[in-house]
Parts: sequence; C-alpha cells; structure tokens
Amino acid sequence: MHIPDGYLSPATCVTLYAGAAPFWWIALRRVKRALNTRLIPLLSLFSAFSFVVMMFNLPLPGGTTGHALGVGIAAIVLGPWASILAISTALLIQAIFFGDGGITALGANCFNMAIVGSLVAYGLYRVFAGHAAVTARRRVIAAGIAGYVAINAAALCAAIEFGIQPYFFHDASGTPLYAPYPLTIAIPAMMIGHLTFAGIAELILSAGVVAYLQHSNAGLLQFTAPESASEGLPRGERAKGRSLWLALAALLLLTPLGLRAVGAAWGEWSVRDFADPQARRQMAGASLQHVPPAHAPNGLQRLSSVWTAPFPDYAPAIVRNQSFGYMLSGMFGAGLIVLAGIILTGLNILIQHYQLRLHGEASVTSNAGEQNR
Amino acid sequence: MKHDAFIQRSLQSFIRALGRALESEELSKLDGLLQRLDPRVKVIGLPTLIVAAAVSHRLAVIAAIFIIGVVLAMLSQIPLRTLAARIWMAVLVFTGVIALPAIFITPGQIIYRLPLLGWTVTAQGGYSALFLIGRTETAATLSLLLVLTTPWSHVLKALRSLRVPAALIVIFGMTYRYIFLLLATARDLFESRQSRTVGSLPGRERRRIAAATAGALMGKSFQLSHEVYLAMQSRGFSGEAHVLSDFTMKRRDYAGLAVLLALSATAFWWGR
Repeated sequence: MHIPDGYLSPATCVTLYAGAAPFWWIALRRVKRALNTRLIPLLSLFSAFSFVVMMFNLPLPGGTTGHALGVGIAAIVLGPWASILAISTALLIQAIFFGDGGITALGANCFNMAIVGSLVAYGLYRVFAGHAAVTARRRVIAAGIAGYVAINAAALCAAIEFGIQPYFFHDASGTPLYAPYPLTIAIPAMMIGHLTFAGIAELILSAGVVAYLQHSNAGLLQFTAPESASEGLPRGERAKGRSLWLALAALLLLTPLGLRAVGAAWGEWSVRDFADPQARRQMAGASLQHVPPAHAPNGLQRLSSVWTAPFPDYAPAIVRNQSFGYMLSGMFGAGLIVLAGIILTGLNILIQHYQLRLHGEASVTSNAGEQNR
Repeated sequence: MKHDAFIQRSLQSFIRALGRALESEELSKLDGLLQRLDPRVKVIGLPTLIVAAAVSHRLAVIAAIFIIGVVLAMLSQIPLRTLAARIWMAVLVFTGVIALPAIFITPGQIIYRLPLLGWTVTAQGGYSALFLIGRTETAATLSLLLVLTTPWSHVLKALRSLRVPAALIVIFGMTYRYIFLLLATARDLFESRQSRTVGSLPGRERRRIAAATAGALMGKSFQLSHEVYLAMQSRGFSGEAHVLSDFTMKRRDYAGLAVLLALSATAFWWGR
C-alpha cells in the first residue's frame, strides 16, 4: 500500500500533504503536552518498533505469509495521536532511506496509513472493547476487528486516490498521465488483496499482540482502556445516571399524550394554516383574539420550501396511521438526540482519558525502569 | 512451505535491510560527484528533479531526467548494478504488473490487435503505462541517489537547515539509530525461537509465536525508551533538542545547486 512516486499527480500529493499537516500538528502538540521531555525517546523507539514490525512475515491461514502494517497495535497501545506520529516517522524513513513509498507521495501514504489507519483502529477498538477488563477476550477480538478494518480503510483511501487520477489528469488525447485505472477498477483491485491477505495479517498481528500483552505486559494495554475509570464511578453517580435513563424512558412512554393536544403549537403555523378558516380561528384564539394576517408573511412563504423534513409533520410517509407515525417519530427523534449525546460524551471521555493515560503510562514506564535498575 | 518459513523470511527481511544500510554507508564515503556536494544541495536539488518528472506531461522529459540520474550515478561511482538490482528491476516488476492491463483496457486509438486473443492495444493505454513506469523509475532512481551518496545524519542536518523543527530531526535520527538495534533484537528473538523449535507447528501456534515476538519486541522498545530517557536526562537533557549544522557551501556547491535547479527549471518548462 506504500504508494510510489509517479502514481499520483502533484496536485493530489500537495492536497494530501495539506490534509495530513493539521493532524501532524495536533498530534505533535497533544503528545508533547502529555509526554513533555519523554516525547523524543518514546516516539523514536516506537517509530523504530513500527518500522521493524512492518518487516515481520506473518504466517497466514493456508500456509502463505504476509506483512502487516502494525497500525492497529500502535493505535491500541499508544492511542491515536502518538500512533499517527510513530507510523508517519516509520513511513518517512522507509520512503527516504529504503525507497519504500515515494517522497512526493509521502503525504498520501501518511494520510492513508498513519492518520486514517490510526484513527479508525483506535475508534473501533474503543467501541468494540467497550468496558471489558484489560485481560478480557473481548479486547483480543476488538483488536483484531480494529486492525482488519483500519488497514482496509487505509487501502480504500489509497484506491480512491488512484481511482480519481484518470478523471482529472489526462492529456488532450485522453491518455491518463498518472495511475491509469478509474474507481471502478482501482477499488476492487486494491480491496481484494486487502480484504484477504493484508487484512488478515493485520488482524493476526493486532489480536495476537494484545493477547500476548494481556498475559505478559498488561500495563501497556491500560493506556487505551479507560473503562476502569467508568467502572470506578461512585455509586451515587451511577444511580444518578440510571435515574436519568428512567426519566427519559418515562417521557417516551408518555409520548401519546401529545395526540390529545388540539391545533398547532403557538408560532409553529405553516403557510397553509393562514388559508384554512379553522386554523385561523385557532391562531386567533391562542393569540389573545388578534386576527392573523390574511396571507402568510412573504418571508415564511419563501423560506418554507428551503428544507423539507424527512418526517414532515412528524408522520413518516411509509406509516399510514398518523397516531402511530407520531409516536414512532417521537421515539426516533429522541433516539437520535441520545445517540448524538453518547457520541459527544464518548469523544469527550476519549480526549480526557487519553491525556490522563498518557501521564499514567509515563509513570508506569518510569516505575518499571526504576525497578529494573 | 516449510513450517518455519515465516521466521526465515522475516530474518531475510531484517538482513536485507541491514545489508542495504551498510551498502549505503559504504557508497556515501566514496569520492564521487554527489558525495562531494553539500548535503543541502542534494536535499534541495534531487527532490526538485523528482517533482519536475512528476509534473511533466511529456515522456521525453521524463526520459531525459532519468538519463540525468544515470549520469549522476556514474559520476558518483554508484555501480549501475546496484541501481538495477535495488530499483530498476523491482520497479519494473511491481509497476509493470500494475501498468500492463492499462495497455489493453484504456479506451482510445487502436494500434495493435493480439493475434490469438483478439485483445486490442491502444495508443493511450501504451503511453499511460510508459508514463507510470517512467515516472516511478526516475523518481526512485533519484531518491536512491540521495541516500546512497549522503549519510542519514547529513540528510537530517540538511533538513534542519531547511527549518524542519529540531525535535523532529532528533526523533528521525534516533528512530534510524534504534531501527538497527531493534532489527538485531528481532533477529535474535526469531533465531532463538527457531533453535528451540523441533518438528512442525500447527498454524495457530506459528501465528501465536509471530505475534508474541512482536509483543516482546514492543515491551523491550518501551523499556528501552525509558532507559534512553534516563540516559539523556543524566547527560543534561531538558527536553530541548539541538542539532549542529556545520555545513559550509563552497563554490562547487553553489555551482551544483545552480545546475540541478537549471535542469529542473528546463524540465518544468519543456514538460508543460
């Protein structure tokens, strides 16, 4: 998946360098803040480890062997930001010193493998590992899934970069100047190899190393397993959380009460309500007998067509019974809001625990080192 | 396949990497044209030629840049055999396999029909395959020339003078240095495992061994990073990285830079 020079147009290369730059910048700032003076030795050693692990030949089912990228295990042990830097450094040395991957395509390679790979691997590992204990088998499975999907996500990015070349970069006669295959060929060609061999190699490495570390060096896995903190929430906090969920459930069960309400909510009138005599009476009754204007205001008329909700008037088109549709819409809307809340909370916890764990890990390695001395 | 083939292949990869690094170090000490130039000239000049090859819309320009690369290699006492083995053949095989179907499936003006299969070769397909192979060979040759004629520490110092942050330069330098230590450690881990293995192992066990070796190497990397940190601290390291840049540009360096930039500019203009 190391894209050599010549496959991507300079414009694509520049775009992907620009796309990778903010991630490098944020990663460097975050890791520097968390590691402080330990940044240089820890990142150097881990970059060197990433480089060496890319050379491992892994035995695959069926008797063949394959190489893994190691991005899954890097993201699981280091977290996404340090992993981005470590894999990027390994890719830089591979490109410049060993000619593996091009210099002009370095931004693209880092974007696909280091950035997309690390973020996907970390996100999936956290989602699938959930609150499981550090030594739980679930973490091994989560690591395998994270590695497998991460390498395939990186391969898909590379395939898209290849696939857009002939559309944008060809000469007057139609000769493709860079990677010659359109998306319809580039995506299957890249993905077949990665969904099978490369993906399985990454799966074996990620899951295998996590299983090994669980037995021999579980401290290294603690860093991206902040579930211990949530398990350790005070009883009162957990009870408060439970009562909030119960309240939400009760409110959802009370949704049918809304069907008892008459007319539209004040100020939520639609354009057609201004022409309907019954709706006009309700509007006047709800507005201290002020008679509404004869026609809907121009602004309301103009803007009412800008956005059509997927569930107009809360009743999905596929649902014939309006009452049932109303309740279904209510539950769907509440579900969406809860989901958004969970995602935002998860992101916040990730950021907080990442910083905490990075400090914690630094002290773990410090203690280990002192014991060894 | 032999049951320990994955160990053998991994060991071969490690030895190949070590061999290549050693070869680069040897060649960078020779008294050739590029070796005598200031590293900053090479770090600016050779990538500029690579970009010129990447931008060019004419095959002739890419071919001319490739020939410049070959001439530079000859003037720098780089054996063409080394370039052929490390770059030309490898790129031809890898990119050739990728480019070959394009000859047949790219739509355009038909210039040949395969006798038995009836597949048609288009001019556009042929040119696009030549563009891909030509650019890749040229860029790989020029980037290998940079590494074969410049020690890694000099490449890094040159990058520092191009305003790359000192912390990154130190990380790149330390990474390179510890790659060799970890390569040797990984080699030892695999060799010791191989020497203790009798008979054939089931696939599951082989995978477990490979992953356990990677896990053990990771544990060692962490421990080593801490020891390195303590060693750095005991020598007064306070988190600030410094890189000495003691290069001085001589007249021939300015001349070299001017020639490389002039060639690149010509290629940019001609290849539009």
